[in-house]
Amino acid sequence: MTPRTLDRPMAVVSRRQFMTGAAGLTFAFAIDRCDIAAAAVSGDGANGAILSPWVSIARNGVISIMSPAAETGQGSMTSLPLILAEELDAEWDQVRIVPAPVIEKIYGNPAFGGAMFTAGSTAVSAYFTPLRTFGAQVRRVLLDNVSRKWNVPIEELTTEPSTVIHEKSGRRLSYGEIAAFAQIPATAPEIKPAQLKKTSEFRLIGRDVVRVELPKKVNGTAAYSIDLQIPGMIYGTVLESPVEGSTPEQFDEANVKAIEGVIATVRLPYGIGVLAETPWAAFDGKAAIEQTVTWNRTGKAWDFDSDKGMEAFAAAAGDLSVPVTTDWFKQGDVEDALGRAATVIEAEYQCDYAYHAQMEPLNAIAAVSPSGDAAEIWCGTQGLTMAIDTVARALGIPHEKIKLHYTLLGGSFGRRGQYDDDYIVHAALLSKAAGRPVKMIWTREDDVHNGRLRPQTAHYLRAGLDASGKIIAWHQRLAGDRVMPFTDPVRYELSGHKDLLLMLGVELRSYDIANQYCGLIYRDTGVRTSSLRGIGYTANKFVTEAFLDEIARHRRVDPVQLRLDLLKSTPRGRPVVERVAQMANWGAKRPEGHALGFAFIDYSTTLLGGVAEISVDRGSGDIKVHNFWCTIDCGIPVQPDNVVAQTEGSIIYGLGLALFERISIKDGAVQQSNFYDYQVMRMSDLPEIHIEIVATDNHPTGAGQMGTPLVAPAINNAFAALTGKRLRETPMTPDRVKKALG
Amino acid sequence: MATEFRINGQAVSSEAPPQTPLLWVIREQLKLTGTKFGCGAGLCGACMVHVDGERAFSCQTQISEVAGRTVMTIEGLSPDSSHPVQKAWLAERVPQCGYCQSGQIMSAVALLKQKPHPTGDEIVAYMSKNICRCGTYVRIIRAIERAAREG
Repeated sequence: MTPRTLDRPMAVVSRRQFMTGAAGLTFAFAIDRCDIAAAAVSGDGANGAILSPWVSIARNGVISIMSPAAETGQGSMTSLPLILAEELDAEWDQVRIVPAPVIEKIYGNPAFGGAMFTAGSTAVSAYFTPLRTFGAQVRRVLLDNVSRKWNVPIEELTTEPSTVIHEKSGRRLSYGEIAAFAQIPATAPEIKPAQLKKTSEFRLIGRDVVRVELPKKVNGTAAYSIDLQIPGMIYGTVLESPVEGSTPEQFDEANVKAIEGVIATVRLPYGIGVLAETPWAAFDGKAAIEQTVTWNRTGKAWDFDSDKGMEAFAAAAGDLSVPVTTDWFKQGDVEDALGRAATVIEAEYQCDYAYHAQMEPLNAIAAVSPSGDAAEIWCGTQGLTMAIDTVARALGIPHEKIKLHYTLLGGSFGRRGQYDDDYIVHAALLSKAAGRPVKMIWTREDDVHNGRLRPQTAHYLRAGLDASGKIIAWHQRLAGDRVMPFTDPVRYELSGHKDLLLMLGVELRSYDIANQYCGLIYRDTGVRTSSLRGIGYTANKFVTEAFLDEIARHRRVDPVQLRLDLLKSTPRGRPVVERVAQMANWGAKRPEGHALGFAFIDYSTTLLGGVAEISVDRGSGDIKVHNFWCTIDCGIPVQPDNVVAQTEGSIIYGLGLALFERISIKDGAVQQSNFYDYQVMRMSDLPEIHIEIVATDNHPTGAGQMGTPLVAPAINNAFAALTGKRLRETPMTPDRVKKALG
Repeated sequence: MATEFRINGQAVSSEAPPQTPLLWVIREQLKLTGTKFGCGAGLCGACMVHVDGERAFSCQTQISEVAGRTVMTIEGLSPDSSHPVQKAWLAERVPQCGYCQSGQIMSAVALLKQKPHPTGDEIVAYMSKNICRCGTYVRIIRAIERAAREG
């Protein structure tokens, strides 16, 4: 698909501007019954009867469409309204995008039980059909009104962008003109899936538009929560306990209060807050507390050491006599198949903790009312509903008493949007203590120390091959730190105690392997963990794709051919594999000292192929990635250039995780502090990146993080091709490389 | 004691203690929030500004160091996003989350001032002081090349 371009950026309108200018037609739909595109609620936005519509058409032709997603650069704020505009047949130049208020019944994400939660690369996929249906319903109402006015059958009417046309008589009416007389029916017209546009009829989907918030991101006016100032506001920060669950014992308070600009210190259940006139006084105050504070040792993670912990994880995974906590996944009969196998191959892998490193250190502003019975919050978060619930619990007041002003996010990658969003709670408790609005900011060091990490895992695998080399059994035991019970206990309950954030990706869904088993050896180290871009897929696909490569080498078959053979019942995967192999010129001779490695992954229903070209400096142990080729099939690419941008970004994120990003824990505490000891990808680390979308007519699926898990296995497999040695850990750091090369 | 300096063409004065990082004076007192706090240690470049035309980490520059000097932030580049680097940034759709982009743009402007037509290696060497966690590096390179071409 050739991307076409619309180059006019447009403005984001505030809700206040929107409501004042909303005379005309206003359409509201409840998304909680999105499967049937529930009955429309009709009303006139101008008199305030309906305050939260999806769409409003003003008499001047301006079409306002709500955006229900948090925007962290992934583009949903633009893509979701664009999907609705497509079926409405709206002139994109006339569309204004309005951030939706937090009203779950109307705007909730169908992928998360209707909570307003922008996560898991689900926004486009989950809202796609409901928003198309809403758009088609609004268009139908306009057509019905024109049909009545002109007394012509509706079948004779067509639309061009923002215009209804009666071709027979040559008459035309703009949507704005229709808004001046139209009546909204009591119930929404029914739109069947077959009445939606065909892919070939799309005017906006598949055609790149300028993301709505982009112009503000080149002139410094894009506002993140850290940029806001609220009247009467002071500053605050918090020194959180190094170990979750511990509380402060004592510290030299006089020392802190002596600092110019410090107003007060605040004892919190899990740390000590500082209130100050300026951010730098707050940071100085926190640094002074750090000098003298002692913590009780009630937290679970005290004494935990990640190196020793990894040894214990690996020992448990590899010792078949250690019982699994649960059978995570079972298909066929693995034990029987292993018994029949002509050859059994074994392998072990380990993946370390890692940190999000979003560029905006976490922060939030809270204004708790003097009586403590209401609060306003300004923050960036993926979890709009959760942010409100979190503050409600922390302050002991009802959800309805909290008003959330959500802002753009300066990165998140899964960090913001958790059951007890720590940084938001910090702001709320500090504001309550101060009796005035507080902007709470963490330093980078706090952001690292309080990190909620990608979990540590150890993997033991066995594959059984029959006499022809065919894989007939795939057995894995995964020892991993718990994630969801800590980061999202509510979803953990709802999912029937399935730790999806840890475990997704272990199943080989696309490959023809009849007998599969994965047992989970579940560990709770007490270390703070959460979702991180790529979630469980990052570790789990690294392991399975590297192990498949070992099998290919053992059998002396081409790794690409092995994947193609395994994809017989997933024909959609084959073009993804074949095309990326072509792009990389797989099989052609490489420069001396270079080699290629291949990986294929299925991430939800998005499919990707990847090839890495690397060389290794045997002296320093550095792996240099020269090229990375990638194909992605995420169904209909709603915004193709944005799919490419997200894939570039997620590959670069994956390169850091694959090569050097590593958090270590000593006595329960994170050892790293800032970008000098937690290195992330810089431009100098960049390979040439080559991405192609394999466009299909399938329902769109996620694109925001799918490249991340593709990287480590491709590099790992290239390393094996180059050196004949297998690296068994991520990240593949220079010391590990040197050790492997002996 | 007040520190006086010029920022984006205007004379300003700050009462902040002399060792206060310029970053916080710019952001919280002068309310020019396009310049970002990222690491506080001169490691990420989100706070990049120009002092007397040279790029500088504003988190590592004490307010006393800019007395009598001229500071420029992203807000001073152009009144209407018409600086060639800003135009190139939009044309190449560089930003994702956008948080680091003011710093990236300030670095790029400083680079092109020194070297109007930098080679690929020169771009990479100069720009590697700025981190973009979203991974927009491919587009940053393209935008700098475009600005050099069209500037």
